[in-house]
Amino acid sequence: MASKTNLCLSGTGVTKVFGFGRNRTLAVDHVDFAFHEGEIISIVGESGSGKTTLAKMLLGLISTTEGEIFFQGQKRDISSGKKKKEYWKNIQAIFQDPFSAYNTFHKIDAVLLDCIKLRGGDRLPKEEKVKLMTEACSFVNLKFAELTNKYPFELSGGQMQRLMIARIFLLKPKILIADEPTSMIDACSRATILDYLMKLRDETGMTLIFITHDIGLAYYVSDTVYIMEHGKFVESGTADAVILRPQEPYTRRLISDVPKIYEEWDLSTV
Amino acid sequence: MARVMLEVRDLTTKYITRYKEDVYAVDHVSLRIEEGKTLGIAGESGCGKSTLALSLMGYYFPPLHYTSGEIIIDGQNITGMKPDDVRKSILGREIAYIPQAAMNALNPTRKIIDFIGDVVRAHEPGWNKQMVYDHARSLFATLGLPAEVLQKYPVELSGGMKQRTVIAVAVTLSPKVLIADEPSSALDVTSQKMVIKMLRDMMNSGFIKAMIFITHELPLLYNVADEIMVMYAGQIVEHATAKQAVFDPLHPYSKGLMGSIIVPESGLRNVKLTAIPGVPPNLKNPPAGCRFAERCKYVKAECKVTSVPLYEVGYDRAYRCVLTETELRRVYQDGE
Amino acid sequence: MKHTINQVFHSGKFVVGFTILMTTLFVVFVYPLFIKEPPLQIIGQGTFFPPGLYVNTYDTINAPTTYTLNLSDAEARRIASRLSQDDRVAMQEWLVAFGIPEDEIDIENTEQLLTQWEANYDPNLRLPGMTFARQRYFQRVNASIDGLLSTEGAIIAARNAETGELEETGVVKLTDFANINDVANVRLLPLGTDNFGRDISTQLVAAAGVSLLIGLVAGLIATSIGLVLGLMAGYIGGIVDDSIMFVTNLFTVIPTFVLLILISFSISQDQRGAITIAIVIGFTSWVWTARAVRSQVFSLRNRDHVNLSKLSGHPVPRIIFADILPYIASYVVMAFILQVSSAILAEASLSILGLGPRTTETPTLGLMMNWAMIYQAHILGKWWAYMPVLLTIALITFSMNLMNTGLDQVFNPALRD
Repeated sequence: MASKTNLCLSGTGVTKVFGFGRNRTLAVDHVDFAFHEGEIISIVGESGSGKTTLAKMLLGLISTTEGEIFFQGQKRDISSGKKKKEYWKNIQAIFQDPFSAYNTFHKIDAVLLDCIKLRGGDRLPKEEKVKLMTEACSFVNLKFAELTNKYPFELSGGQMQRLMIARIFLLKPKILIADEPTSMIDACSRATILDYLMKLRDETGMTLIFITHDIGLAYYVSDTVYIMEHGKFVESGTADAVILRPQEPYTRRLISDVPKIYEEWDLSTV
Repeated sequence: MARVMLEVRDLTTKYITRYKEDVYAVDHVSLRIEEGKTLGIAGESGCGKSTLALSLMGYYFPPLHYTSGEIIIDGQNITGMKPDDVRKSILGREIAYIPQAAMNALNPTRKIIDFIGDVVRAHEPGWNKQMVYDHARSLFATLGLPAEVLQKYPVELSGGMKQRTVIAVAVTLSPKVLIADEPSSALDVTSQKMVIKMLRDMMNSGFIKAMIFITHELPLLYNVADEIMVMYAGQIVEHATAKQAVFDPLHPYSKGLMGSIIVPESGLRNVKLTAIPGVPPNLKNPPAGCRFAERCKYVKAECKVTSVPLYEVGYDRAYRCVLTETELRRVYQDGE
Repeated sequence: MKHTINQVFHSGKFVVGFTILMTTLFVVFVYPLFIKEPPLQIIGQGTFFPPGLYVNTYDTINAPTTYTLNLSDAEARRIASRLSQDDRVAMQEWLVAFGIPEDEIDIENTEQLLTQWEANYDPNLRLPGMTFARQRYFQRVNASIDGLLSTEGAIIAARNAETGELEETGVVKLTDFANINDVANVRLLPLGTDNFGRDISTQLVAAAGVSLLIGLVAGLIATSIGLVLGLMAGYIGGIVDDSIMFVTNLFTVIPTFVLLILISFSISQDQRGAITIAIVIGFTSWVWTARAVRSQVFSLRNRDHVNLSKLSGHPVPRIIFADILPYIASYVVMAFILQVSSAILAEASLSILGLGPRTTETPTLGLMMNWAMIYQAHILGKWWAYMPVLLTIALITFSMNLMNTGLDQVFNPALRD
């Protein structure tokens, strides 16, 4: 069971408030969580539930209003640029929309070289770097020789998302946050992306956090599922427990609203 | 035998690009829908699903052009009708269309009643404001939508309500056939369910007689459609009942699609997903033989040269592959 | 980048605008190589010489070779240039009023008309009902037709240095011609001279250059201020954003042109050079650039490629230069072009009000308008003093707006036809 291993990322009372006065909105409302090393976690919620805000806080892209986030049992310190850089060697992300996740003015090489640099491989000879990039690309079944000197927008959505995974392959972070990694791509490309993510996790043993609205996906991939509603976790537990035997009415409704293929989809409950 | 609401024979349409190239996005498609049935169309993006939906209405505007084939709506052959006549007497009355992302295309400065007014007046120029309003009220009552929505602006409605309103506008003139292109894919699951329920109710009450439902989400399609057609590179590669299509697909492409279904149901956790490598071919110059040959696991030498016809299996089943039904079942079994 | 530039130069509108602007610049730089005198040198004694080719009379008479050409229409042309049809009709009118029967006068017969005129005209006689101005007019006509039919040449005389008497040195016959290439001093004044007797074309070229410089300086200042403030407000956000937006909104509600007038007015005249005016214009017109850049940066800041760049460990300046600026570069270039053209217009408007640069060396387009207005060129019908200036201003701003529209179509696919 995953919970026997060490704590990787945890938080107590993590809160994010946007705006003030009349515009004050509570995006994430005092959530507690404990993610263990090597675990696959899904945070499931509808749009506006605050799941992406939580992901950005975990990544350290936005500050928390209240609460503490602990990384490997220690209080997380990202107060300076240097400390942030150190933190980001350990935690990385894949974003929802591959079309907006790349700087269209930079070539693919630059994206991958950045990763080598972050891993401290800046001084490596050029051949060594090319070797690393080729290896990373072949991991996701892309050919670096065909990609070099190309721009991201010359690739298809599925290819771009695979390149994103190649980037993670180079970085080998301890934690990967995948924010809706398959929602903008086709159903069959989705299987490919999930395959590579799972393969990568098996090789590196990293903790994988899926942020998704797709309960099917959450059930399919994860060990632990957190259900989020209006900035709060309403239910959490193992995938089987939460999805197959939901306790909370919100979770029940969410699951009953998803079309299925073996069970009858009950339309009368709308 | 039930009444056939829509019959299409060998329909071919093409896009003419800016560089005067022909792209055959719908290539000899035949289909028939009986009264009370929903036909689902599945396929990756870029397979011609949306183009097929546009082509079925018999009203073409550049860059889409009609090439050949016939469209018969409830016994009325609309092939060869003047575009203006099609627009006036067929669109909205006989056949209606909800385009993808339609709910984001509503003019934000107009009220919902104005959109309905536009549709009504295009066909009944003489109607005054009160007549339009009365018609809209009774329409909304029939569809189970609150009447106060009529006086609201699009921004005041939630996503689900907006999409249901768009559908109401499309069916204002109670058409016989409704074509819905991804009507729920931008919505969250609860709103999606409401939209589907509304469509289902319209079918059950006979408000619309038949429906074509297009989506790439297979679990949804399985629940909505009676029959499923799988499209690939502008052609139909498989046609079967929903149950057969999902649980017993014949064509390797359908097999691949169905193998990527993920649903939150017991026993489906961590089963191996099948992924189809590669991308659909460019339709400017499609491959000579089977269009799927490039990506097919079971490809043979002859697949790349001879084009494959659609083989009929029984009354309501067809597939496009050189292998026989038995051969296909055997290779699938060996694969597992 | 290369691709974008390629695309830009495929836009017809941009290319036309660019060509006009480059031609203007070319003229501004090349013209001084041929005409070397300062643009504000007074060369003409008198005001508003009309456009034309000016030939030195002294040099013409003293041309090394004199050619004799017997041209049949020479006499007719000569008469026509000194005695117009209007004059003939007026002469007839005088003669009739004097008492000559109308049917005895044939105004087409020059010789007869002149004979009758010489026999009867008395410059001191004011016929009944004739205004004083009319009487002066007839005196002028009388003077101009003096010796019109003479077939004798003009005698050239020089003063004897010793005796002080005039001695005939030659005769210029009616059939004498000089080749214009032999004449030492010929000056083309394509746009004539202004009220001070300064060559307008030289002035105009210099003025276009100075106005473009003013536009460039003002545009650079406005765009840089707008860009920096917009970037800061948009990227940092929070209290920085609030305070920058407060100042920006303040500038938005104050009418910029009034502010411009007040600032120009408060700078003492001797300090008001072209560059000073450019700086003043630049500092009052950054507002819209700042607002637009801010809103663009605001949406870019939350894009995933910026997040990805952060996660790759890039410092903030690099993120701004590599991940934000390239995305708004096209917009900033377009804003810059508009700023330049509106600064040129602002300078012209200020100068017309007399608040433009004070200068004795370089004119600006606005100053030329100002002079033309003060010396009433438009009332006197001296079109060459203001029309070319107007057209130049219109052409420069038109070319820039055209470039802007072209760029807009390239960067904004929704506008492509």
